[in-house]
Amino acid sequence: MPDKRQPVVELVHLSRTFEQRGMLVKAVDDVTLAVNEGEVVCLVGESGCGKTTTGKMIAGLIRPSGGEIRYNGQDIWRMDAAQFRKYRMAVQLIHQDPYASLNPAHSVFRILSAPLLEHKIASNPQAARDRVRELLMMVDLTPPDDFLDKYPHQLSGGQRQRVSVARALTVVPSVIVADEAVSMVDVSIRVSLLNTLRKLKERLGVTYVFITHDLAVAKHFAWEGRVAVMYLGRMVEVAHTPQLVNHPQHPYTQALLSAIPEPDPRITRTKERVQLRSLDVPSLLNLPPGCSFHPRCPRFEAGLCDVMVPELMEVGTATRVACHVVTREAAHALRDGHTTSLPPAAP
Amino acid sequence: MTKTVLEVKNLWVEYPARRGVVQAVRGVSFDLCQGETLAFIGESGSGKTTLGLALVRLLPKSARVRQGNILFYQNGRVQDVLALSQEDLRQFRWRDCAMVFQGAQNSFNPVLRVESQFYDTARAHGMTGTAHVKQRAIDLLRMVQLDPNRVFRSFPHELSGGMRQRVLIALGLLLQPQVIILDEPTTALDILTQRSIIEVLRKLKKELDFSLIFISHDLSLAAELADRVATVYAGTIVEIGGVYDIFERARHPYTQALTHSVPTVTGDLRDLTSIPGSPPDLIVLPPGCAFHPRCPFATQRCKEQEPPLEPVGEGQFAACWNWREAMNKT
Amino acid sequence: MMQAQAFYARQPSFLQSLSQTLKLLARNKVGFAGFLGVLFFVFFALVLPIFVPIDNQTRMDKIYAPASWDHLLGTDFQGRDVFSQLVHGGREVLVIAFVTGAITTFLAVVFGSLSAVLGGWVDSFIMSLADLWLAIPQFPVLAVLASLVKLNNVILLALLLSLLSWPTLTRAIRSQVLSLRQRDYVEAARSLGLSTRHIIFNEIMPNMMSYIAISLIFAMTAAVYAQAGLAFLGLISFSDNNSWGVTIQLAWTKGAIFFRDSFLYIMAPVLAIALFQLSLVSFTRSLEEVFNPRLRTGV
Repeated sequence: MPDKRQPVVELVHLSRTFEQRGMLVKAVDDVTLAVNEGEVVCLVGESGCGKTTTGKMIAGLIRPSGGEIRYNGQDIWRMDAAQFRKYRMAVQLIHQDPYASLNPAHSVFRILSAPLLEHKIASNPQAARDRVRELLMMVDLTPPDDFLDKYPHQLSGGQRQRVSVARALTVVPSVIVADEAVSMVDVSIRVSLLNTLRKLKERLGVTYVFITHDLAVAKHFAWEGRVAVMYLGRMVEVAHTPQLVNHPQHPYTQALLSAIPEPDPRITRTKERVQLRSLDVPSLLNLPPGCSFHPRCPRFEAGLCDVMVPELMEVGTATRVACHVVTREAAHALRDGHTTSLPPAAP
Repeated sequence: MTKTVLEVKNLWVEYPARRGVVQAVRGVSFDLCQGETLAFIGESGSGKTTLGLALVRLLPKSARVRQGNILFYQNGRVQDVLALSQEDLRQFRWRDCAMVFQGAQNSFNPVLRVESQFYDTARAHGMTGTAHVKQRAIDLLRMVQLDPNRVFRSFPHELSGGMRQRVLIALGLLLQPQVIILDEPTTALDILTQRSIIEVLRKLKKELDFSLIFISHDLSLAAELADRVATVYAGTIVEIGGVYDIFERARHPYTQALTHSVPTVTGDLRDLTSIPGSPPDLIVLPPGCAFHPRCPFATQRCKEQEPPLEPVGEGQFAACWNWREAMNKT
Repeated sequence: MMQAQAFYARQPSFLQSLSQTLKLLARNKVGFAGFLGVLFFVFFALVLPIFVPIDNQTRMDKIYAPASWDHLLGTDFQGRDVFSQLVHGGREVLVIAFVTGAITTFLAVVFGSLSAVLGGWVDSFIMSLADLWLAIPQFPVLAVLASLVKLNNVILLALLLSLLSWPTLTRAIRSQVLSLRQRDYVEAARSLGLSTRHIIFNEIMPNMMSYIAISLIFAMTAAVYAQAGLAFLGLISFSDNNSWGVTIQLAWTKGAIFFRDSFLYIMAPVLAIALFQLSLVSFTRSLEEVFNPRLRTGV
């Protein structure tokens, strides 16, 4: 089903290089993705894949070294100061570490009222207090009066994360970039935090860019949305969540899905595994030529994969894959008239 | 016929903190058989790491073992770990029972090559003959799927996190211990690296017949590797049983909720439940059953009396007054 | 209305907050001893002079007299009471120490945080200036300055001392701010569109208070040594010739060390300086606890 909604945030050939020990490291390389209004898009990948840098670029906190980020069609780094400030407020970031994201010196009330008062969203401390109460209820910290005067160290990890979410909501954002927002929270309370985030989407129409290393969490949170898989700075596959989870196309996605340990002994002990050719993850400082997955890829073809960098190509309805082999097979299937939809993934 | 190698009886550990006494381990009893893998599953602050440290007596100085026995069986002899002298204790660690700590990948001495770490450990425990040690180290490195030629002469920083974790596992096995304890062996590692560690452990277990205890917050790891699983809540075992029983026929409401709170990636979307409230504070524990404030089956009795572990199935024990109600509800 | 009351009721009263601060001070025994020491010296130097008269009377019969009930610490080369000099010689020491410490810390906080937060050429400029300043040998410059200008004004001297000592502290503050600036909550504040002023004063500074307070104390100790040194060299003198440093200098130059009975005369100001410094340094141990919000709210 083609999406008729308007894109809010578009990443267009987005890149970011950093200098490290005198060498240039491509943390994010040529990422193109449109995030539609009210949508949930998950950026999934392992450490060093560039998902956090991408998230910070979306939040306007890191300047891209190539490409553009467009907000309602406009390049955010060409906005004037006032517009850019508005953009930054419209896109809020939730950090991973609930112990580092709240100022230890301030009470919950002070943390939440500062943006309200600064931007005159609340005209006086009393109005701010009422609004803070509402926000705390919105993130299920009830009764709110129990939390107003607490300091971060008096709260559990899950409660702190909820305060972080409430703080993001003070400036009424249209997009929330959640960077591993639940990964440091205990399992028993993770689900309720995810449920709170989902509820906000329904209630306030927030668009989510949900960054995680955990495909199971991505699947649970973004079942109606899309998942984009990143590997060493590049996007390798984008698809609707059920499609990606059940019929992954890119060999890396397949390997990842087959490797994930599952919290169910029957499933996890009988799962078929994709065998990789190498266990070593290449360093960002010294990326292999061609497709950066080729030294590990079970479907590697010499002379092709180690020479040309694969582009992200449409291989079916709303599925894009950056793999020479997969796109060639899809093209053949289409030419031979077998099917217009995707074949089930080869294990 | 299974032989018991480790038996823990009514172990209590506490340590003082600013606000009061942290009751980290409260009356834990269990046994471990030869060749068995036992997983301790619990959330942060459940006391599971303290339990692991107590088993090899590596508790911080301030900690106090209030009571209990840790009995270690070997060649028909019984040793009480808590009664060992310092010298015997040193021999006991590594030689009989090795522990690999959480985050230990980062605790290597950065200026020593991997080979020195092996030689030092061997020397400290009276294993002599450089050639002999080297041969054993190289065999072990191969077993954990590392290339000895590359790894043996490397410095820790030249290895990735997953490689370091595998080196540590190999190091733990150097003196052929009967029991190895792993604390969060896969935490903070990438999925594909986690997978390789899991496969390595599985293979090692098959080749060398040791017993394995691992401590983790990750239920998937238990589902992958464990023969038996113990759920730890508020410093005590609330349920223990075979891995399939725990994941499919859990009787304790906490275990039930925990196994239903984590999503799977295979298959359709399944309903997840969350546990209301927050994990308990080990300094100010609720009276009665520590789980009662978060438990859907809690009754007046649960608020007053702490339930003991009682049999709830074949080799399965749960500490819950209302496990029958909990069983019928699910 | 009810809510408004609730809002204000939660702010702790001044007394509550004072008693809590005292409790935190008492947590560290060494620090608390230091705190009491500092209090004692404040009393000794600022209150006691009201009750102990200045003794400027020359007593030819009592030159270099040993300690007695009349003269607790003996007398000096003119037969004047040493205890009285000690009581009246503390004020300058304390005032200069505090004013120098305050100005130095203020300059360091302003320059250090501007440097860290603005970065770019401001940062390069301030840091180059600090480096240049550090390259100047301070004590000789002070000595030369003291011989050019008559340094008998407490405030003028404090200003001079702080002008010479700001760079080290500025560097330290800058690196503190730089590290705090990386924190997630500062990034969140930027994202929320909070002003730079808010970020510096509300997000960064509260987490540096103990650091700043400790820096202030160390700037004070440095100032005490500098003025004692200058006085000892005879490069500064105050109206009544009353400062511990001046007392030492006079005792030294008038040859008190050759008199056995004058041991207390020469040692008393030295000990006063040493004990004051020790109190200050010990006191810093408690500051950590006072400014830690974790301890403040007493979980």
